[in-house]
Amino acid sequence: METTMRQTWAFLFRGYHLTRRYIGWVVVFNFYALVTSATVALIGVAAGDYQLTLTLVVGALLWNYLSSLYNEIAMSIAYERWEGTLEYTFMAPVSRLVHLLGLSLYSLVNSIITSLIVLAGLLLFTNLNLRGANLFGVLLVVAVSTLAFVGLGLIAAVFPVMSAERGAEATHIFQGSLLLVSGVYYPVEVLPRWMQPLSAISPATYTLSACRKLFGVGNSGSTAQFLSGAPLSAVAHELLILALMGAILLPFGLWVFVRVEAWAKRAGKLKRTG
Amino acid sequence: MQQPAISVRNLRKCFRKRNGFRRRSQLWALDDVSFNVGQGETYGLLGPNGSGKSSLIRILSTLLIADTGEVQLLGYSLPEQQEQVRRIIGRVSVDAAFYKKLSARENLLYTALLYGQKARDAEQRALQILERLGMENTKFSTPLEEMSRGMQQKISIARALVINPPLLLLDEPTTGLDPKSRRDVQSFLEDLRSREGTTILLTTHDMAEAERLCARIGFLAHGKLVAEGTPAALMRQAQTKTLDDAFIKLTGEQLSEEALAVEV
Repeated sequence: METTMRQTWAFLFRGYHLTRRYIGWVVVFNFYALVTSATVALIGVAAGDYQLTLTLVVGALLWNYLSSLYNEIAMSIAYERWEGTLEYTFMAPVSRLVHLLGLSLYSLVNSIITSLIVLAGLLLFTNLNLRGANLFGVLLVVAVSTLAFVGLGLIAAVFPVMSAERGAEATHIFQGSLLLVSGVYYPVEVLPRWMQPLSAISPATYTLSACRKLFGVGNSGSTAQFLSGAPLSAVAHELLILALMGAILLPFGLWVFVRVEAWAKRAGKLKRTG
Repeated sequence: MQQPAISVRNLRKCFRKRNGFRRRSQLWALDDVSFNVGQGETYGLLGPNGSGKSSLIRILSTLLIADTGEVQLLGYSLPEQQEQVRRIIGRVSVDAAFYKKLSARENLLYTALLYGQKARDAEQRALQILERLGMENTKFSTPLEEMSRGMQQKISIARALVINPPLLLLDEPTTGLDPKSRRDVQSFLEDLRSREGTTILLTTHDMAEAERLCARIGFLAHGKLVAEGTPAALMRQAQTKTLDDAFIKLTGEQLSEEALAVEV
């Protein structure tokens, strides 16, 4: 148990020191996340429609969190390949479960910090009042959807194991597709009809739908001064789907990763690239 | 009789590559290779680039799975018991792969934690190793990117040893080092074997290094182990006066780095 704790800590230790050493880039990425989110949210402010502003703020905030979580996990393998350290990580007597758990924990901490920065910035830019929103419900939905997104990140992390350069490209295509179909800034109903079924298989669709209800978006009782957030029971359907997705995607992601690692070892694909 | 530290039997590894739509090519990186390394022995594998040395080290390091053959390290079989094998091996590769922005201390502690060691113990051990390798303690907090190739390779050796492995796999550890760093590393390896009885498998292009460090040497060419023995026995077998000439005669190849462009 003590060994497992130390091994898990190793990934947090590494992540912390890398963040410290690349602090300039961390500031740039957070600034960029804040500015792009604020730019989107200000469309609602310009329209003078607090409901639209709230819709966009929830979309920007949650997308920042979920995409950051997914991206950190998926790209961590690509970063290791570029540094040349992947072979040393794979050589260590760490179970893949502990390895990926450690990566995910660091990504989670990182994503929470980014999201808090974006939230603070959005509130500053939009003057939104969140009183009356069911914030406990929002946190619960985000916590449950985290599992599904960690699973998606693990699945996407196999692409850089298969091919360092093409793999990193594939993770971004996958991330972009999620942004397109999940209704981050618009209702999924405006998507072409042939594309709409894809939104049903994206966990982000349910996260956003549930969180918007919990914030009081679309509720006639909400006003600019006081939101009327839905009770948790109103999002039970979304919570159930998200929990199911997490229960499937998390072990599936681990299983896929282990299979692809074994394949890479047979095909000799673990060598340093980049 | 004591079991060998490394036992390799009829090892074969082929890499297949698709060239275009229909054509496929295959390259035998290792072709029916067998050898043993005794406990506490330093065994050298010599061969030009592309002879299969790195593939062999990768298989022993659990990073590559052989097509056929048997591999045992201190009695543990690969690939079945790779978890146990990972606990008993340290590896140094030709390229010192690190988080270059992190300091030596941070890189070494990360490795120690991955192996479940206490950070404080690992830090002390790392400092002792670096001191024996002739590195100043002040360099411990320097980012790797600010270090010379020689210093990075010494950190790489420290990384392999900080986990205190009974078996060390060294893949061209002195390639590209200046003469002083090369001598530091060679002296350290001699010291390590005599003091701690560590078993070492060393691949190198350097005949003088192999002669100095290795009790026995295997010549690897085109994935085949073409000859094996003590340096003196190999020279006797080839009827030559130098190990370099013995290698050329027994393998029919030059041992220059330019011999082949690509290492497999």
